[in-house]
Amino acid sequence: MIIGLDVGGTHTDAVLLSDFKVKEKVKVTTDVSDLFTTIVSCLEKLLKDNKPEHIKRIVLSTTLTTNAIVQQNIEKIGIIVSAGPGIDPEFFRTHKDFYCVAGSIDHRGRQREPINENEIKQVGEKLKKNGIKNIGVIGKFCVKNPTHEILIKNILKNDFKKIFLGHNISGNLNFPRRISTTYLNALVYNVHKKFFNGVKKSLKEKGLKSPIKILKADGGTMSLESSMLFPSQSILSGPSASVIGSTIYAPENKDTLVLDIGGTTTDIAILVNKTPLLEPIGIKTGNYKTLIRSLKTYSIGIGGDSHVRVENNNIIIGPKRLGNAMAFNGPCPTPTDALVALGLMKHGNKEKALKAIKDIAEKLDMPQDKTAKKIFKQTCSTILKHAFNMVKTINKQPVYTVHEFLEGYQVNIKKILLLGGPAKYFTDEIQKISKIKTKAVKFSSVANAMGAGLARTTCSVSLLVDTEQGIATAFEENFAESVAKNYIKEDVLKTAYNLLKKKALKLGADIENMEFETTEFQEFNIVRNFSFKGKIFKTKVQIKPGLIKGYKDI
Amino acid sequence: MFKAGKKTGLVFFPAFDWAIDPTHPEREERLLYTQDQVMEEGIFDINGIKEYKPDIVTLEDIRRVHFCVPDENTVTTKSHLISAGGATAIARAVMEKKVEKGFALVRPPGHHAMRITHGCRGFCHINIEAIMIEYIRQKYKIKKVAVVDTDCHHGDGTNDIYWHDPDTLFISIHQDGRTMYPGSGFPNELGGPNAKCTNLNIPLPPGTSSKGYLYILKNSILPALNDFKPEIIINSAGQDNHYTDPLTNMKFSAQGYALLTKLLKPDIAVLEGGYSIEGALPYVNLGIILAMAELDYSKVIEPDYNAEKLKQDVSVTDKIKKTSDIINKYWEQRHEITEKQAENHGKFAETHKEVFYDTDNIFERQKERIRICRDCAGVLEIDSSASTNPRISAIHIPFNACNTCIETGYKIFEKADLQKYKKVFLQDRPKDVYKIKEI
Repeated sequence: MIIGLDVGGTHTDAVLLSDFKVKEKVKVTTDVSDLFTTIVSCLEKLLKDNKPEHIKRIVLSTTLTTNAIVQQNIEKIGIIVSAGPGIDPEFFRTHKDFYCVAGSIDHRGRQREPINENEIKQVGEKLKKNGIKNIGVIGKFCVKNPTHEILIKNILKNDFKKIFLGHNISGNLNFPRRISTTYLNALVYNVHKKFFNGVKKSLKEKGLKSPIKILKADGGTMSLESSMLFPSQSILSGPSASVIGSTIYAPENKDTLVLDIGGTTTDIAILVNKTPLLEPIGIKTGNYKTLIRSLKTYSIGIGGDSHVRVENNNIIIGPKRLGNAMAFNGPCPTPTDALVALGLMKHGNKEKALKAIKDIAEKLDMPQDKTAKKIFKQTCSTILKHAFNMVKTINKQPVYTVHEFLEGYQVNIKKILLLGGPAKYFTDEIQKISKIKTKAVKFSSVANAMGAGLARTTCSVSLLVDTEQGIATAFEENFAESVAKNYIKEDVLKTAYNLLKKKALKLGADIENMEFETTEFQEFNIVRNFSFKGKIFKTKVQIKPGLIKGYKDI
Repeated sequence: MFKAGKKTGLVFFPAFDWAIDPTHPEREERLLYTQDQVMEEGIFDINGIKEYKPDIVTLEDIRRVHFCVPDENTVTTKSHLISAGGATAIARAVMEKKVEKGFALVRPPGHHAMRITHGCRGFCHINIEAIMIEYIRQKYKIKKVAVVDTDCHHGDGTNDIYWHDPDTLFISIHQDGRTMYPGSGFPNELGGPNAKCTNLNIPLPPGTSSKGYLYILKNSILPALNDFKPEIIINSAGQDNHYTDPLTNMKFSAQGYALLTKLLKPDIAVLEGGYSIEGALPYVNLGIILAMAELDYSKVIEPDYNAEKLKQDVSVTDKIKKTSDIINKYWEQRHEITEKQAENHGKFAETHKEVFYDTDNIFERQKERIRICRDCAGVLEIDSSASTNPRISAIHIPFNACNTCIETGYKIFEKADLQKYKKVFLQDRPKDVYKIKEI
């Protein structure tokens, strides 16, 4: 049996899956100030009639780290960057305890200026004096040569508890994003560690001995142990739980639009042949642009409980939620009230809903039934407008080679899947407006928890081979190996896939759930003075995000 | 907060699958390290910098500029169409005010491609700036354009295309033609009889450093631009003046390029040559991008930069001053020179020239006849025979042509003898049509 649990901003959903079936489902209100109790009480409910020793897999998706960053309830950390030529690194300052030091690595990973050991020691002293225990060290082009980062770590290793290095965070180029990602990692490390060690202990006491997995923003999972090395990967994992959940019901060989209609927001995502699209570089959260791999999702401030009002004779919906719908004793009119007033939604207090609509109708000088219809229609059409803008933006993304540019994939939506509490009431109207086949998924209100429970372990590897310098490197994996001049494409991919497999196993993946794919491959001749000196290969391989085997039809 | 002072659009098209041949300087690897530098700097994340996808230019776009012989498909590849399309995409973003500035980091380059093109010369097949300029003229009714070509090689293709156009001020600064391909671009090359002094060719001696470039910019180029008052300024931003370039002998630096860009204030820059792919391009391109976007570029300094080594020799400084004076003198006399030309109104002026396509090893002979015209840029007839192609005739009616020149153009086209020419082409810019006559 499998447990999937997704802590959302408003509700926490959990399911217990047994032999392709949803055996138990639980929905509780999230206590933002005490996520630990929320999780534990949810699990207790699931396990009331089930034996803990039958649970083979537990996957948790929480807003813990996201909240920690938003609320800034975090401790002081230090950041050291070494940049060399380019944009002044001062522009990437994350906070007060941010130091730029000497040292430079160039675009081919060659040292151009060494690290100054005395300077590093002085910076270390200052950070220590300021009571800082954890730090991040980031070098420009460290993904091509991490020796400076490692050197700095070695100089400071006795002075700090935990030192995060930029090259371990991501194999992608983007120095400013690497700085902010390393910063976030260091920032949430203690909160994450304390919390999940607590969860682990508590689950053990309840007899849940199976390994615990954490959902990442890319819709994959990682083991609790490896999450300690990269805690920021769990940031914004919320939308990904739903997206993965929706893939269960998505058609093959078709592009599907996924709309997760919640109380406050609607999350939008796209599936191509059952596979969610990935954000090419990394997520943006608040002011931070990161290198955290993530599914491409787009969140809009419109949902079942959005605040509906009249401004300049127009109906305005959202982006805020002031509370429940009036039909459920809330403070203001909402799209849910329109559903109840129209008789589409059977529960809720119809009288109160009608009062909510009357309020709006009077301001617009319109009949009540027409007003309710208008609110509902406008909710649907606004969601669709944003969704198709997202498709349009994706289809405009720049690509680099002639091949990709000319044959770049164009998303063409043929099916819409709805998730979330009010999903089933929206189906007909969304289909009517979009003229695309629309379906609310089975168990739409807990599809997110199912998604978490069934998510594969995912990861990616970037490999760089430079046969002129005679070296293959994937520093994110602490891998460097000398290669011969005659290294070819097949060798490159073989090395990359070996590294990927190793990494996935370390993250807790099972062999049968490893679906590999090459997401990037480039090959260049290095020519100096009109003669061939070697080749550069750049490749990225990954495990496709998706579902673990066996749970195709629930 | 790191925010662009001027909203800047970028098109990046490194054509990672196209090369003249595997070991040629114009090859796949050329923009690889630039791409890495731009990505590592996080350029596309900067507030106010926007990346655009290149267009693919159409036959119509090419035919506003070129006569491709025997035809467009033979002369170009997909990469050329996209490289030119990178320039038109960025121009569109600028013209439609989506951004204030635009930079097309594209290859293959184009500034050696002339109006008639039989193939590849100086690594160029079609002229990407000219295609862009005629595209915006057609679409946005722009008239006066200035092109400042800062590639180290004389922009002889653009020079040829705008030789007779008084509404395009073409300025090229380049290493002296006596020491460098293509061997042209001397101060007395001022443009055709209808457009005298709207081509300014400024040769610089080998060993010119940032100081020399900035001198000529401040003393000759900026004053001319100020007088000409173009609606738009284009920079053909070649980067082979760099002190590490393997094909040239100059001492320009990333800081120099950035400062030049800051002072020149081009609306659109288009990458041209530049073959120091590791030592120069990553830093120079970064400097240009930051300068265009009005961002701080003070730390964009090559790792091996050595101010002492890049000092300009006194004799070089003197030569540059002298050249600047010559150019300024021509510029001051431009009105008199033009009036004198107009005395021959209605007559045809004939010139002969030989064009060598170094890359494709093609030899071409041209006879050019231009109608001297007070009222427009004048109808142009070119008779061309190349070692690889049979003889053709090409008639160009300029975009601002007067009725007489239009009629004359059509008469020449109709009269052209197909016994003599394999093909006869007509480029009617006012109507934006292109006609081909053949047996």
